[in-house]
Parts: sequence; structure tokens; C-alpha cells
Amino acid sequence: MSTAIDIRSVVKRYGTATALHGVSLSIADNEFFTLLGPSGCGKTTLLRCIAGFEDVTEGEIALFGQNIAGLDPNHRPVNTVFQQYALFPHMTVLDNVAFGLKMKGVPLSDRTARAGKMLEMVHLSAFADRLPAQLSGGQQQRVALARALAPEPKVLLLDEPLSALDLKLRQAMRVELKTLQEQTGITFIFVTHDQEEALTMSDRIAVMSQGRVQQIGTARDIYEAPVNRFVADFIGETNLIEVTVDRIEGETARVTLPGGHAITCPAAATTPGKHHLSIRPERLSLATTGDLTATVERVVYLGTDLQLLTRLPTGEEFHIRLQNSARTEIPAPGTTVALHLEEGAARLLAD
Amino acid sequence: MAGITPTPQGNGSGYRGIVGPLLIPTWAVIGIFLVLPVLLMAVYSFLTKEFRGGVVWDFTLAAYDQFFLNRGLFGDEPPVIEWTYITIFSRSIWQAAVATLICLIVGFPTAWFIATRPPQTRAIWLFLVTIPYWVNLLIRTVSLKFLIRENGPLNESLMSIGLITDPLPLVNTNLAVQLGLFYSYLPFMVLPIYAAVERYNFALSEAAADLYASRWVTLREIVLPVVKPGIIAGCILVFVPSLGAFLAPDLLGGAKTFMIGSLIDEQFRGSQGNWPFGAAAAMILMTLVLIVLTIYARAQARGEAK
Repeated sequence: MSTAIDIRSVVKRYGTATALHGVSLSIADNEFFTLLGPSGCGKTTLLRCIAGFEDVTEGEIALFGQNIAGLDPNHRPVNTVFQQYALFPHMTVLDNVAFGLKMKGVPLSDRTARAGKMLEMVHLSAFADRLPAQLSGGQQQRVALARALAPEPKVLLLDEPLSALDLKLRQAMRVELKTLQEQTGITFIFVTHDQEEALTMSDRIAVMSQGRVQQIGTARDIYEAPVNRFVADFIGETNLIEVTVDRIEGETARVTLPGGHAITCPAAATTPGKHHLSIRPERLSLATTGDLTATVERVVYLGTDLQLLTRLPTGEEFHIRLQNSARTEIPAPGTTVALHLEEGAARLLAD
Repeated sequence: MAGITPTPQGNGSGYRGIVGPLLIPTWAVIGIFLVLPVLLMAVYSFLTKEFRGGVVWDFTLAAYDQFFLNRGLFGDEPPVIEWTYITIFSRSIWQAAVATLICLIVGFPTAWFIATRPPQTRAIWLFLVTIPYWVNLLIRTVSLKFLIRENGPLNESLMSIGLITDPLPLVNTNLAVQLGLFYSYLPFMVLPIYAAVERYNFALSEAAADLYASRWVTLREIVLPVVKPGIIAGCILVFVPSLGAFLAPDLLGGAKTFMIGSLIDEQFRGSQGNWPFGAAAAMILMTLVLIVLTIYARAQARGEAK
């Protein structure tokens, strides 16, 4: 599979502030790639550098092998779906969708036909003659999508396109976006701060923080094998506890938990000494006996799950998630329970 | 639910008893100082002139007849169209249009510049634009005349740097009048355009560039149509007072630049005046302005309905 976008050591500075510290990543053709991170992590800046709205201070951005870092946005064969849609308020929906084609010099009859087809694809044919202000948020979102897809860009950039929609619509749009991406075969680069969005749609995710890429991988990679504390904490819910790595034998590390319980887990490029361990709450279960114990402080009923807020003997907070079934015995607050750690549930983190 | 929670309208109804009386001063001011004078002017335009100024209460169409038709020196020849006043009106419209265009060409970039400054400094720029307006219009117009006269600072400095050898005859020209009008009414162009550009969503320009539009095409296809209401408001605010202006044409222009404002002004001065004729000219001017505004309102309504 060929590479659609190759970002090589891109640095972006605004005066003395640095928004991107040498970001490098490659995105394959036909991939649904997500830039995920909290606000201010540089994900939108990176997207704007690819679109051409921002100049990179250093580094290269190659689109199918051609360096586009110096080109103006109107000379880059990529299109953007903006966060607030940025639909042209004085043009009809059809004219909005046809705008890119018009700029490319496509004759009127061809572009009208193509724009019509795009509207069909996003189920808005009936609204072709309306003005954007006469549409709902979800409809405007789909017009923005059709407008950006109409000129058949090589790469489609999406800047938090679902953040302005309500939950139900957002969930429906996730499926629709993924379907559209598969239908059109266009590479999607999707920016979001919503991990659920990232996990459900993406082929691969780059987790960003403070202007750096922290980890790139599939949803499963970054959820199950986070490389550092930031990724472990940002993606999903986790228990981060400080542990001592006693010794390392090849790929395996021998670790002592705060209560004295010893386990083995993948070494993940650590050295003996103090480190953080990430344990997902749903990878723990209640056991009848064992030397890993915790005191239950609160039980939160979540419907499908039960959340136990417990404390280890050494005082650390420890969350446990149990699937709610008829057989689940709910421990009373104040009782001490023994815990069973699933095989591979604990991940040692490099920092 | 409406029965329990007071709706906004419900809240407003509580004030209805007060709003009416509070509006009395406004209605009184509009009635006494706007409606009444216009009615008075309309009535006067149909009266007979008195020779020492003032009017005789005899109903006649003489003023309008004098404006549009020429019946010879003694009024007994077959009527032909009187071009004198129509020419003055056309010239005034032309002058006002050119002044409006100059204001637009200078005002749009100015407004754009101010609206794209950081929010903290915008107020300062707007303040700077309005500073000249703290000085009386008459004084400003006289100062402008002083600046551009033959041995004034403008000509002197141009000659001293050797750009010209003879002073430019600027005073008493169309150009001087247009300059005066431009100087008088520029803020009326800048402020509404500023308001429109300030509300402009710059993501639209990015979206246009993203969809392969050049800067020029973006300006023409996206920016101008979106800020158009501000531009039109600015043009009306400059064009209408320019059309009736008499200070700038009087002080900066000459006989060849005689405009409607001066014509009307003259009719009400001293014993040479002709009140019904001045009133008629003013009524015709007002009708013209109303026609322009109606066309604008229609165009605007059509644009919104589309």
C-alpha cells in the first residue's frame, strides 16, 4: 500500500511558543487515520499544516511523494471539513457543494451533476436549493462533507467535525463517515479529542500531547499496550500505580505491587527501579483468596457494569469494573476483597 | 408548561403598561421635528412665492413647473424641458456617486484593517477614525480649502520636492468637491463595513482557499457577498448626505460645481430667495432618495428570500 501523507520532523513555532516539536508520521493511502489528543496538543495545528493554512517552521509534508509544505492551500489537492462547517451562507446547498468543482474549472452541467450525486450520497438531494441557515446542524455537517468530497481530494481532512452535534447524531455520523471513507477510498485524516470517536472509526490512531506524537497504533494497540502514562491515562479509564521493578529477565519484568503482591509483565523497555503500572479496571475480578487485597469504599451502579471504588492497603485508589450479571455478588462498602489480575492485564509504562 | 414558567413574552407583557408612556417623548420628537417639517415643506412647495421671501397662501404648481419646464422669459411660450435644474441634479448625483465610490475604495481596506486587528486595539483604531469628527464640519471644510489652495501646504510641498513646477489648481474643481465630500463622510462608510467585517467568519475564506479559490476569487465570490449588507449601508450613509451637501460644494467648488444642496440653500437666503421653489427642489431630492432606498430594500428582501 502506498503512502498518502508523509510528515517528516515537522516543527511549528508561533514566536517563542512551539506548537509542534518535530512530528513525524506516515499515513497510508485509503487509511482512516485519527489524530487524538486533548485541546492544545497540536493536533489541529498539524491538520492546518497539512491543509496549508499554517506554514511549517521546519520539516516536510509529502503528499504521495511530492513535498507540499510550501504550497498555498488552493494548490493542495486536499480538502477540509471544518469544525463549524464554514458553509458559504449566501450560496445554496448545491452551489456550496459545487464550489470546489467550479474553482477547478469543471463545466456547469458536469459540476451540477456531480454535486447532485454527492448530495445523494449524504441523503440531502431534497435540500439542494436551500440556504445553509435553513438546515439543521446534522444536515449542515453532511453538506460540509459533500462539499469537501466533491472535488475528489486525495486526502480528506476532518477537524473535529462531529463536536457540534448532539450525542445521537454523533453516533450515527460515525458509522456514516466510516462507510463514506470505505465507499470513496479516500484517505481520511480525522482530528478529535473524543477517544470513543477515535476508537470506533480509525484504522490507526496517533495520540498527541504537548506538540508530540506519543504513540501511533491501532485502537487495540493504544488501548491495550499504551507506551506511557499519558496514553494509558488519556485512553479509557485506568489505574496508574507506582511499582518497583525488581529485575528484568529478557522481555519479562518482575514487579512488586504496593501491597507486596508480585507479578510478571512485559518489560516494555524499562530498567529496574520505580515505574508506573497501568491496570485497566475491567481486567480485574473478585477472587475468593489471594494476597492482592483492597477495601471497598463505594459501589457505583452503571447498568451494564458495576464500578467498585476501592483502596489498596497502602492507600492508593483502585478502580474495578465488574460486568453486571445475575450472579454478580455486590460487596458491601467497608469489606476487604481479594482481587484476581487477568493474564496480561498489567502494563509497565516507560515513563 | 407555559402556564407555570413565564415565557419571555409573558415577562415583557408586564412592562407593556410602562413602555407606552416611555415612548411618548420619542413620538413627540419624531412628530415635531421630522414629520411636521416635511409636511410643512410639502405644503410650501405648492404655495406662491412672495417677492421679499416667504409665501402667499395661494395653491399653485408653479414651483414644480419652474423646475421642470421652460416657458420662456414671460411665461407665454410653449413649454420645453428646463435643463438647468435637471443638470444640477444629475451633476449632484454624479458627484455624490463619485464621492461614495472614493469612500468605498478607501473605506473598505480601512474597515478591513481595523476589523482584523487584535480585539484590544480595534477600539483605538475606531477612535482614531472618529477624532476628526470632534471638529465642526465647517471648520474642517475651510481647513481642507486652506490645505489645497494654490499657495497652501499641499502645493508648496509638492513644488518644493520638485514633483510639480506650477501649483495645481485644486480649489473650485469637481475634484475638490469630491475630496471634501469624501473627507466629510468617510467614517459613515468605514463604520458599517467594519461592523460587517468584524462579524465575518474567516473560516469561510479558509474554506474557499481549501476549495482551490485564489485570494482574488475568494474576495469576489465569498467575502464581498457576505459583507455586502455593510457595504450597501455604508454607501447609502455616504451617498444620501453627499447628494444634499452644500458646505463642501459651496466652499471648495465654484460655479461649475453648483449642487442641489447649494441650490436649495440659496432659495431660503435673504430677499432673493424663492421658498416654494426651494421646497419643491427639496421634495424632488427626497423623492429621489426614497426611490434609491426602496430599490435597495427590494433587492435586500429578494436576496434574503432566495
